[in-house]
Amino acid sequence: MKILVPIKRVVDYNVRVRVKSDGSGVETEGVKMSINPFDEIALEEALRIKEAGTAEEVVVCSIGGKDCQQQLRTGLAMGADRAIHVTTDSAVQPLAAARIFLKLIEQESPGMVFLGKQAIDDDNSQTGQMLAALWDRPQATFASKVELSDGKAKVTREVDAGLETLEVDLPAVLTVDLRLNEPRFVKLPDIMKAKRKPLDEIALDDLGVEASAQLEVTAYEPPPTRSGGRILESAQELVDELKNKGLL
Amino acid sequence: MARVLIIAQHEDGALNPATAKTLSGAKSLGIDDIDIAVFAESGAGVAQQASRLAGVTRVLMIEHADFAHPTAARLAPEIKALADGYSHILGPSTTFGRDLMPRAAALIGVGQVSDVQEVLDSHTFKRPIYAGNAIVTVKAPEDRTVVATIRSASYSAVAEGDSACDIETREAAASDPGHTRLVNLETGGGDGPDLQTADRVVSGGRAMGSSDGFDVIYSFAKKLGAAVGASRAAVDAGYVPNELQVGQTGKIIAPELYFAIGISGAIQHLTGIKDAGTIVAINKDAEAPIFEVADYGLVGDLFEIVPELEKLI
Repeated sequence: MKILVPIKRVVDYNVRVRVKSDGSGVETEGVKMSINPFDEIALEEALRIKEAGTAEEVVVCSIGGKDCQQQLRTGLAMGADRAIHVTTDSAVQPLAAARIFLKLIEQESPGMVFLGKQAIDDDNSQTGQMLAALWDRPQATFASKVELSDGKAKVTREVDAGLETLEVDLPAVLTVDLRLNEPRFVKLPDIMKAKRKPLDEIALDDLGVEASAQLEVTAYEPPPTRSGGRILESAQELVDELKNKGLL
Repeated sequence: MARVLIIAQHEDGALNPATAKTLSGAKSLGIDDIDIAVFAESGAGVAQQASRLAGVTRVLMIEHADFAHPTAARLAPEIKALADGYSHILGPSTTFGRDLMPRAAALIGVGQVSDVQEVLDSHTFKRPIYAGNAIVTVKAPEDRTVVATIRSASYSAVAEGDSACDIETREAAASDPGHTRLVNLETGGGDGPDLQTADRVVSGGRAMGSSDGFDVIYSFAKKLGAAVGASRAAVDAGYVPNELQVGQTGKIIAPELYFAIGISGAIQHLTGIKDAGTIVAINKDAEAPIFEVADYGLVGDLFEIVPELEKLI
């Protein structure tokens, strides 16, 4: 079985993102960029499945400008076998991304596609579900546990009410939640080795997918801020304050 | 034609409050014609409940044995089959809506607007990105169906009106693709109000130290009539189950009164409580970021302060 893992280059988890003063976007100049943390967990899970002998090959792919090859190289250093870079300088929204990944699925015929449950930049949480719809295959989103046997995946999902377990026939699309695993650290020799692993470039135009944006972003603004309140001296004072506000 | 369809979320024969919040978002579109679709094995109770919500035009009840616990793969084609008569199709931004609505949007062939927090006009919306560190205004094309999820924490639930609207029965249009099966659903259940919709929430963090340490939180919450929540650190440490997690990747909530106890206040947690009315923080570290957003703070040992509070209220 082959596993396809789409990864997205995003502003690093630890960066405190700020809206540009002219409202044209968020500040990304000189900011640390990383693999979307949920995608990193997706890749880790794919690698563990390969190491357990259930998959033969893990392919990472990404859509974007030249820079996203840094994240693909990181994916290769983690242990992916090959990388595919779909090159474009346009911003790609989830439906277009799903259409692009479907083209890669047609070329690669994976048994599973693992994605993060959302990207921490746009927080959309759409691409995996859309891909499963277009591919007409099962989806198991927000996975916190995955067990494979006989061409099926048993997936525990984190849902509103608690934990739901679905069984899906493969091929299927899985999106992963934080508690699925802890991704490995990349070691220096692996980074060196990753430089020699294949990384293919495909121009978006050659895939015959229209990447035109469906939703137009017209403005960015900082969120309204909560101002900090007061530090009180005692539990009694707190109870009095809350009673005064009619909250107790 | 301007007409809105809301996909109802319901469990155990009752409408999930997120549905009435989605209706609240729908009403701000400025469109009078609003239908609610109820997919259920046996939907009469839920459909009647939906029909009494103020401002609903019609309830569509679609009953089928498959809908006892439907998957997104089963429901998305049903939504597509209903889509033709509607300009807007909305769901809640719960895990139910987040799982289902993008699958339906892709079948319809449109992008989705996730987590609408404000409606500017029928096709223009505000939504949070970067864990709420920025708000974007997005415009959906006028000539396409709008598929969106409504951020529950940004809207209050629509109440019941004076009269009930009509309930129309429809036939299921699709069939089970047969590739996805429910094996098990494990709910924390428990006593007390639902975390997602409670007016009062008491959350504990890593500083609780253990599952037993959380007893302080449960006891205080019980006295307050509050739901119990937790930070990601407390969930990851195994003190409480995952469905109690509040934050960017857990539940986004908007209670009137929120207690953050032994929670330092990572940005991902703050994302989940931005819309709370009054925030109280209790932490031994006076420099903890939670105090930057809390309305009231107490610095000290939570294992002394919380039981004292419990006695005082």
